Amino acid sequence: MTHTAPASVRDDALDAAAPAVRLRAERLTLGYGERAVVHDLDLDIPDGSVTAVIGPNGCGKSTLLRAFGRLMKPRGGRVLLDGTPLHTLPTRAVAATVGLLPQSPVAPEGLTVADLVARGRHPHQSWYRRWSAHDEEVVERALRATGTFELAERTLDELSGGQRQRAWIAMALAQDTELLLLDEPTNHLDLAHQIEVLDLVRELHQDTGRTVVLVLHDLSLAARYADRLVAMREGRIAASGPPAQVLTEELLGEVFGLRARVRHDEETGAPLVVPLSRHQRTAAP
Amino acid sequence: MSRVPGRTPVRVGPVSAVWRPRTVLVPLAMAAALFAAIVAGSGRGDFPLSPQEVVTALFGGGDSAARLVVWELRLPRSVVGALVGASLGLAGAILQGIARNPLASPDILGITAGAGVGAVSVIVFGGAYGSVSGPLADIGVPGAAIAGALLASLAVYLLAVRRGLSGYRVLLVGVGVNAALTSVLSWLLIKADIVDAGRALIWLNGSLNAANWDIAAPAGWALVLLLPAALLLSFQFGALAFDEDTARGLGVRMTGSRVALLVTAVLLAATATAAAGPIAFVALACPQLALRLLRTGHPPLLASMLLGAAVTVWADVLGRTAFGDVELPVGILTAALGAPYLLYLLVRSGKART
Ligand SMILES: Nc1ncnc2c1ncn2[C@@H]1O[C@H](COP(=O)(O)OP(=O)(O)OP(=O)(O)O)[C@@H](O)[C@H]1O
Ligand SMILES: [Mg+2]
Repeated sequence: MTHTAPASVRDDALDAAAPAVRLRAERLTLGYGERAVVHDLDLDIPDGSVTAVIGPNGCGKSTLLRAFGRLMKPRGGRVLLDGTPLHTLPTRAVAATVGLLPQSPVAPEGLTVADLVARGRHPHQSWYRRWSAHDEEVVERALRATGTFELAERTLDELSGGQRQRAWIAMALAQDTELLLLDEPTNHLDLAHQIEVLDLVRELHQDTGRTVVLVLHDLSLAARYADRLVAMREGRIAASGPPAQVLTEELLGEVFGLRARVRHDEETGAPLVVPLSRHQRTAAP
Repeated sequence: MSRVPGRTPVRVGPVSAVWRPRTVLVPLAMAAALFAAIVAGSGRGDFPLSPQEVVTALFGGGDSAARLVVWELRLPRSVVGALVGASLGLAGAILQGIARNPLASPDILGITAGAGVGAVSVIVFGGAYGSVSGPLADIGVPGAAIAGALLASLAVYLLAVRRGLSGYRVLLVGVGVNAALTSVLSWLLIKADIVDAGRALIWLNGSLNAANWDIAAPAGWALVLLLPAALLLSFQFGALAFDEDTARGLGVRMTGSRVALLVTAVLLAATATAAAGPIAFVALACPQLALRLLRTGHPPLLASMLLGAAVTVWADVLGRTAFGDVELPVGILTAALGAPYLLYLLVRSGKART
């Protein structure tokens, strides 16, 4: 794959071999009402990368993702999609290129899994073309990839939290966009299904060169599956780059106020975060 | 062959949709129930006709007396009832779809009360004994009802909808506007002389007694013009049923499509109320019933419309004939049927929140 230049190269914007930037935040300021929650943020999302955004609760991860998905207007600065300001693009065109799974989506009562996933095709449909052969193919693939095919005829309220989460991921996949923004996609999932979802993201990226930005709370998994980490704190980027550079003991202290050891996985060399419990902390020198 | 369980395709050229037997069969059954109500309604009265005679007369056969009774005396009543019920069912389905709330309806949001204030103002200030005069005469009761409904919905829109349609805020604002308008209505009734107050009360109960072809025409035109608009806009419905972020992520222009749908619903409810007075609960209950029968994720438009029509005409037939000498206005009957349903909805939504 031509896209997967080593992450260290990708961060160097001047390198001629660096992939094109799909999404770019320029001096982005975002807020709700009076309060600004993201300040003057600059961030590039290169083509074909998997970027994990990490940071404590309330630091502005979801807010940033919403701005990337054109769900909120910047207070200052701008977001560029392939070089064009996001707010000048038509809503449907954005929806056909950027798919977003919100942190806590709400579906109407009584909807079946198959119908939910099929709604992901909305940006590609029109009032007379509501279920084309291509729609069907993409939806089937999304159902199978997320292991929800067997649940297709059940309604969402009959599912466990994790099954429901996988159905939502299937819907985001059915949107079939080149860019995918996933806000805590592993929420509610057991470890095996977390790995399954992250493997799926990895596969999407490897097989079809999709660009993925996802918010994750499990730092070790983020380091393992993303080729870039963006650590946020209070609406600003504290560090960004390859996982091994970002995930350091100092950064964990600075961003999360967490005392932890960072070990390295023997096989992959990926950083592993081992938090210290309170008695370890008091016992530590 | 279906590759996705439960979503069998039908495709003709570039047109494609999901084949759902229920979405065809249930509306057909509703249409049959509506036709049965019209036949039953046209047979009952001082000059009783058997169903066969009614059907023959409807299709232009039979003796001329029967044709006169059916076409000139009784059919207009059923047709106005059907048009009003259809408009209310459709308006309710649209409002509940965009508000994502089973309680959203013209009754609850103050739209009907606005129409009431408009109509009663004309009755009370327009001149004694039904002889409406002066500038109000030009507007007339129906025009005033439509204007009142539009003003009331504008108030709700400015106070609540602009900041997002979902959640309970819209409903609370609607209930507030409703309460304010109801007190205006009471004041109007106190101010009115006794004859006008009586006429106003009859109008406020929702009745088809005054129905004739002249009343049917505007209601019919409104439906003919607004139904295609609603069906075209309804493409966004499937996506609008989600929360704001998900819907916009699917490429729905939230404000534009919602405002267009909202205006359609308000116009439908306003013309319906102008034709027959407020007929309670049809717009509230029919879409939810249709939703449960069809098992779609959002209130189905066509089925809600047909169910609204059938329910209204049946309620009118029952009100006229089931209580011996007492003729109950259709609005009282639908209110009696709908009130327990509203309580049920409130109890249920209370449970869901705790
Ligand atoms: N709709 C809203 N209205 C007002 N303030 C909001 C809204 N959504 C989020 N905020 C505030 O903005 C800040 C950032 O929120 P955001 O949802 O982006 O955090 P987050 O990093 O995604 O947190 P979490 O890990 O808990 O999901 C928080 O302080 C939050 O209280
Ligand atoms: Mg969040």
